[in-house]
Amino acid sequence: MGLLSKKDAKLITDPLTDNNPITIQVLGICSALAITAELKASIVMSVSVLFVLGLGNVVISLMRNIIPSKIRIIVQLIVVATLVIIVDLVLKAFAYELSKTLSVFVGLIITNCIIMGRFEAFALGNGPWKSFLDGVGNSLGYAVILIIVGFFRELLGSGTLLGIQVLGDPIEKTGLYAFGYENNGFMLLSPMALIVVGLIIWVQRSRNQALIEEN
Amino acid sequence: MSLKSNLHNLKEKYKGTKMAPAFNAIHTFLYLPNEVTHNGTHIKAADDLKRTMNIVIMALIPCLFFGMFNAGYQHYAAIDAAKGITTEFSVLGSFITWDNFWIGIIKVLPLVVVSYGVGLLVEFIFAVIKGHEVEEGYLVTGMLVPLIVPIDTPLWMLSVAVVFGVVIGKEVFGGTGMNILNPALTIRAFLFFAYPTWMSGDKVWVYDAVNRVGTPDAISGETILGSYAQNQEIVYSNWDIFFGFIPGSVGETSTFLILLGAAFLIFTKIGSWRIILSTFIGAAVMGIIFNQIVALDIITDSSKFYGLMNTNWSQHLMIGGLAFGAVFMATDPVTGSQTNKGKWIYGFLIGFISIMIRVFNPAYPEGVFLAILLMNVFAPTIDHYVVQGNVKKRLKRLKAKTA
Repeated sequence: MGLLSKKDAKLITDPLTDNNPITIQVLGICSALAITAELKASIVMSVSVLFVLGLGNVVISLMRNIIPSKIRIIVQLIVVATLVIIVDLVLKAFAYELSKTLSVFVGLIITNCIIMGRFEAFALGNGPWKSFLDGVGNSLGYAVILIIVGFFRELLGSGTLLGIQVLGDPIEKTGLYAFGYENNGFMLLSPMALIVVGLIIWVQRSRNQALIEEN
Repeated sequence: MSLKSNLHNLKEKYKGTKMAPAFNAIHTFLYLPNEVTHNGTHIKAADDLKRTMNIVIMALIPCLFFGMFNAGYQHYAAIDAAKGITTEFSVLGSFITWDNFWIGIIKVLPLVVVSYGVGLLVEFIFAVIKGHEVEEGYLVTGMLVPLIVPIDTPLWMLSVAVVFGVVIGKEVFGGTGMNILNPALTIRAFLFFAYPTWMSGDKVWVYDAVNRVGTPDAISGETILGSYAQNQEIVYSNWDIFFGFIPGSVGETSTFLILLGAAFLIFTKIGSWRIILSTFIGAAVMGIIFNQIVALDIITDSSKFYGLMNTNWSQHLMIGGLAFGAVFMATDPVTGSQTNKGKWIYGFLIGFISIMIRVFNPAYPEGVFLAILLMNVFAPTIDHYVVQGNVKKRLKRLKAKTA
């Protein structure tokens, strides 16, 4: 990467793999379980978090020297809430159906632990450019997991991807369904999202033994 | 040279290679390996894990054979019922026949083969990867699984569920002996949540009923629980129910044979009589409570719970999978409670919650597997408090003595 120094590039690539917010830090699990039944919802959620976290990190970083530390959580909350409301209104204006599927979970980005975590851990102590990269990196790490989980849950649970029937028509019995295949209803329930996330963690840790904690 | 020493030489030759565990599994399955303990204790009993498992399987064999005959019997009975013919029932005349057995062979045997084949394959793969010996844990699970699914379960669904159950239910926790949940019930729960249309309703319990939907030859067979849940009268007598000539999952219909198996397990000290007995007591208590509620007119026949609440408590013990669950599932030594007092609590709550779920579950009038899975999770907690209680009692005694 010519654009970024090696240190800066690490801010983006680290959260994608060895310091992934979901699989390693186990933050932001609630939304990962709740909205990943459809791939489209996962993607929109990822983009929303990307927007909120990237911008929020910059704002907090710019204000980091003037925020009194006693009330910093409140200030952070106001910043997130402002950004989340922007996302929410944009979704309602331009993608109303989708905003209904995501329902309360867009609003709940405010409480997404990744966001407050990055504000606290990074933006309060680093410059705006670095904070921006960190925000982008972490939300991409979040997005990767959301999209993997959403992909498998929608494919196996509904037989569709982004709403398109890729395995054939379950009612007309075409494609795979002609051979007696059926959609796995369990995939649409939240416990299965937890299990899929668990499987991803399993794969990741068996590929990189250094991630396994001593106990 | 005998086969035994041949196998032993091969074992020495391939020691340390990747395939060794898979090979050793076959070796120890056939023979006792001629290995000698070099240090530590030298006292050994004959009842190792493999013997224990085999005894449970022996107790299950009658249920399996009964299930095979019952598969055919229910099929032909449903056809006769659809035609409007009522045939006189006789054990030798209409139950133990080759026709019935043949349907058992073509429908039940594949379930058994797939369950064992897929499950053992997963076990072998994990043993080779992790480099330990193949564990015997799947022997019983593989036999339980075909007995607790509806007869028309598609084989690929069963394979998916078995892979899920063995990997998620057992291997991720560290294999046999480390699992929190009973693997057979994990498989059943997976099937139930993933493919609910194949696990409930009035079409899946009788062979071929699914294929005949919408044709003039349509047949159906509602389980007794299903009929009660819909506030319908049942056509079976109590003796039919007790001996198991009723539709249901493959091997769990015959309370009589399950009790025989229970006697065998208790006699060989494999199964805990405390758990079995307390499960039945718990179910009876809950059943009596519901009967009293109906008797006091708190719930009238306009309620959707009326059918199952009004079911006599003694019948509750015989229908559904309660007996099978109590005898073969709840007594699993790995997932159940270990302390004697804990076993009473554990079993009682299984029975109690089973009947409660059975009555109140709107989608699916059976709760035994859910109740056992729930109590599996709580078994270590129960044990913890029983042990702590004992410690406290002894401390108090010590204090009283020294004071």
